[in-house]
Amino acid sequence: MSVTEPLIDVRDLERTFDVRRRVEGRRRRVRDSVLAVHDLTFSVDAGEMVGYIGPNGAGKSTTIKMLTGILVPTGGQVRVAGLDPSRDRVELARRIGVVFGQRSTLWWDLPLRDSFALLQKMYRIPPARYRDNLDRFVDLLDLGDQLDTPVRQLSLGQRMRGDITAALLHDPEVLYLDEPTIGLDVVSKGRLREFLRALNDERGTTLVLTTHDLQDIEALCDRVIVIDHGTSVFDGPLAGLHEQGGSTRTLVVDLVDEAPPIEVPGAVVRRVEGPRQWLSFPAEASAAPVVAAVAASYDVADLSIQEPDIEDVIRELYSRGA
Amino acid sequence: MAESSAVLHLRSYLQIAWLWIRAAWQYPTSFVLLAVGNGLITALDFVGLWIMFAHLDDLAGFTLPEVALLYGSASLALAVADTAIGSVERIGTYIRTGRLDQMMTKPVPLLVQVCADQFTLRRLGRLTQASIVFGWACTYVDWTPARVVVAVSMLVSGGLVFFGLFVGFSCVQFWTTDATEFANAFTYGGATVTQYPLNIFPREVLVGLTFVIPVAFVNWYPCLFLLGRSDPTGMPEALQFASPVAGVLTMAAALLVWRSGVRHYTSTGS
Repeated sequence: MSVTEPLIDVRDLERTFDVRRRVEGRRRRVRDSVLAVHDLTFSVDAGEMVGYIGPNGAGKSTTIKMLTGILVPTGGQVRVAGLDPSRDRVELARRIGVVFGQRSTLWWDLPLRDSFALLQKMYRIPPARYRDNLDRFVDLLDLGDQLDTPVRQLSLGQRMRGDITAALLHDPEVLYLDEPTIGLDVVSKGRLREFLRALNDERGTTLVLTTHDLQDIEALCDRVIVIDHGTSVFDGPLAGLHEQGGSTRTLVVDLVDEAPPIEVPGAVVRRVEGPRQWLSFPAEASAAPVVAAVAASYDVADLSIQEPDIEDVIRELYSRGA
Repeated sequence: MAESSAVLHLRSYLQIAWLWIRAAWQYPTSFVLLAVGNGLITALDFVGLWIMFAHLDDLAGFTLPEVALLYGSASLALAVADTAIGSVERIGTYIRTGRLDQMMTKPVPLLVQVCADQFTLRRLGRLTQASIVFGWACTYVDWTPARVVVAVSMLVSGGLVFFGLFVGFSCVQFWTTDATEFANAFTYGGATVTQYPLNIFPREVLVGLTFVIPVAFVNWYPCLFLLGRSDPTGMPEALQFASPVAGVLTMAAALLVWRSGVRHYTSTGS
């Protein structure tokens, strides 16, 4: 075990909000305290890529805001890179990068280059390193032709890449991405994921990703934290999520002739349509014995395996948490 | 240490403001029209006073050049504060749009970023008008070295008082996000009041403008000294030299309110 402190350390974190509510028949509004996040504990080591997912209103943004120092927790502890985010917010800002998917930090009417130049000054990035980073990200993200275009004329994908470059120029240790692929086309999404993976590989940048796009998670994250009703309901590898969600894989068998439902150990037939049958088996189990058993007893024309739909798995988790 | 960080903050402020000026220059016509329009409106403001004096010989014992000194100095202090940090009154909007959240993830103090954000020179009109009126009124003052010192400290302290009022009252928006009008009542309202000799108001109002919303220090007390007048309301003469104290205290109070506001900040839902 490593003795170094985790990069992000969250313990019994809690945040309540006061909400004023109008009640029928009462003149004054009633004050309610709402628990947005409670009993949240997790830690992230340097170099991890973590997907932080949950339904709307589950507490994702509230958590990210406490990790970045925007919100002060009402209970528990947070430490990021050894700092207390809300107290040492400005100091922490030098060591983290934040991209809020739907809001740009770039200067709308000015070329990308100008926004980047201001960031260099704000973060006091040494000129040589700034030039290196800029060249590198511009090259990797294919922004060369856009550097001198006013931001308002960029496409959504180009602007997102601009925002990500802006968040990385100062070599942050952690990058928080909030819905980075929202609204992007398939090609742009793919390119962005490739870039983030490379960033993690080459620089060891820790990634914390909140998203509704589960393909982002599948493509990028070794680990998933699922939050619901303000607290973590799952924390582990993606594979484990399937296990916990009771998800299944499906073996689609095309028989030479129509047959009664196949009977093999470890799998159950879910559907029969002429010569085609759908068998489901636990996602964590190996497909090999099932395939072998089917092939041994039946005349098989074709076989294929469908991976479980992570969306179903998560929906299952949410409904159980509720 | 504190000094060097103040210099750094000022530099950050100027760097951000400069980018906004350049952004505004992307639309030069609109920039010029706004500045001119703004200048015209403020010019009419003073013409209003002028017309009033066409029908009166004096206002509560003050002649036109004397009122112009009061008007010009308050207007100048307001214009400087408004140009430098006027965008602080927009924090309600920044909170709603999530812009404040973004600023909080940058390594420059939030107040510096908020004040520099959307920096605009369109209030240049007001600044010019105020300088002209003040400059003209100054030619009627019987200058002594002490009066020069008081005049300079008056302008600086006036700027600080308005800075404090702007920041302090804008902080209300941390608790309730749409209170710009409330803040304006004290900042612009305070500035309007100081354009007249304060002895036209009941004494209770003057006390309020001295100890609660200290705009009387922006021009009234120091101008009495510049004009060599004894206080017509009989307030202590020492107040005529207390503007720097008022400026520093207002600003310190505002910074405390600001810090507490940021701690109480609850962001938006998403």
